[in-house]
Amino acid sequence: MRAVVTVIGKDMVGILGKVATTCANVNANVMEVTQSILQEYFAMIMIIDISALSCDIDELRQKLTASVPEMTIHVMHEEIFDSMHRI
Amino acid sequence: MLNMKDIMETITMIQDENLDIRTITMGISLLDCADTDIDKSCEKVYEKICRCAKDLVKTGQDIEKRYGIPIVNKRISVTPIAMLLAVSGGDPVKYAKALDKAAKAVKIDFIGGFSALVQKGFSAGDRELIKAIPRALAETNFVCSSVNVGSTRAGINMDAVKIMGEVVRETAELTKDKQCMGAAKLVIFCNAVEDNPFMAGAFHGPGEPDTVIHVGVSGPGVVRAALQKLPDDASMDEVADLIKKTAFKITRMGQLVGSDASKALGVPFGIIDLSLAPTPAVGDSVAHILEEIGLDTCGSCGTTAALAMLNDAVKKGGVMASSHVGGLSGAFIPVAEDAGMIDAARKGVLSIEKLEAMTAVCSVGLDMIVIPGETPAEVISALIADEAAIGMINSKTTAVRVIPAIGLKDGEELEFGGLFGTGPVMKISMVSPSKMINRGGRIPAPIQSLKN
Repeated sequence: MRAVVTVIGKDMVGILGKVATTCANVNANVMEVTQSILQEYFAMIMIIDISALSCDIDELRQKLTASVPEMTIHVMHEEIFDSMHRI
Repeated sequence: MLNMKDIMETITMIQDENLDIRTITMGISLLDCADTDIDKSCEKVYEKICRCAKDLVKTGQDIEKRYGIPIVNKRISVTPIAMLLAVSGGDPVKYAKALDKAAKAVKIDFIGGFSALVQKGFSAGDRELIKAIPRALAETNFVCSSVNVGSTRAGINMDAVKIMGEVVRETAELTKDKQCMGAAKLVIFCNAVEDNPFMAGAFHGPGEPDTVIHVGVSGPGVVRAALQKLPDDASMDEVADLIKKTAFKITRMGQLVGSDASKALGVPFGIIDLSLAPTPAVGDSVAHILEEIGLDTCGSCGTTAALAMLNDAVKKGGVMASSHVGGLSGAFIPVAEDAGMIDAARKGVLSIEKLEAMTAVCSVGLDMIVIPGETPAEVISALIADEAAIGMINSKTTAVRVIPAIGLKDGEELEFGGLFGTGPVMKISMVSPSKMINRGGRIPAPIQSLKN
């Protein structure tokens, strides 16, 4: 089972580190990271393995939001992207 | 493999373009609750709803968290109460109160089914229920009511049409201290569908299973945002194609949510209603889609053509995305719930006459239209008859949900709040149709009904 974490907002030091640490704390394995910076905006998409997650998806989202409160964070189960974009 | 563009598209749809699941609606059959003692019957109704729907809200919230998609409403539709009333007799408002109490207990947003199906005539319980609608809606908070007065197969029951004009007025009068809100929860149908998840017209048809889960998706904002990216010289073929693709994606999301909810609740999955249902929120308007297609203001010449294309493209896109499409499926045009329609009505560009033409090609009918408080019941009845005629002849669902703004004249506004929005009072022709309305009887079923 995998989930997609997206982090969007103004670029600053340490975003990736904080997000990755929070994921590690709840036993979510980071499988893939893509990030880009458009002008001063930072957009990161992270695919994480949540099979052994120690909390539920919403709690992870709250923790991530608390770790980088300046950023907009979404954590969504992978299935939604599969169902919307694959036939 | 997931790609970044697809992921960002989904996120933008939810975050900026108001994509949401409008409702998860659980249909519950109450046929096994009928009892000759009305109090016992009400007790069974309350018990069954609470038992079947106890996890509905929680399941909805769990899905919201798992996928990060807002599910705006959780609702219940029940067997038309007139059928229970036929067995029990007694004061129909007791049923409304039982429904209201159950809705409150399971914390849902609306419960629909204080309804009667009288397209061909009244059977036991029907007249009593219809007469009790104004009181039922005035004395409850969550209950919605609907009456089916016509169908392509049966024609139009003009006796019911006459009564419904009076009922609409009385409902508005009894709730005049609450912005005439009662009338916003009352729909008069022709060709009502039995699996509609949208309020106020939802009820659980007698042909449905004992319990079932329906999902209503929304997303006018997403369609509009997609169209915004098209160049101005893109042809109508390209516009229609883009709407189809967008509708497909929205519906797939609904399908996922519906099948998850049905699994979690252990209730069969019914249908997805792939309607573009606007809300008063900025950027969530069907009128704005029509304007994006290329009209200066919704209501101008060209509106009907644009809406016809939109309605059809939404269906075509959605139909392949879901295993079962049903309900009303198409584009809704509720004036008070749509920011663009409110503006167009205020400007005087959008009139009731134009809306009537639009209802011939959209998925429902004259919806959330505020009319002057002094409008006589016969005029409302005649408006219902006109709308039912459009539905009957075109073999489609049409509906009337008008709110007589008691004490207000045109130019003034009713403020409902929440999903119900704001309604500017619209002009309506007051020329009397009373001789026709008082004739009563039935408009015979049209030649289109002879399909066998």
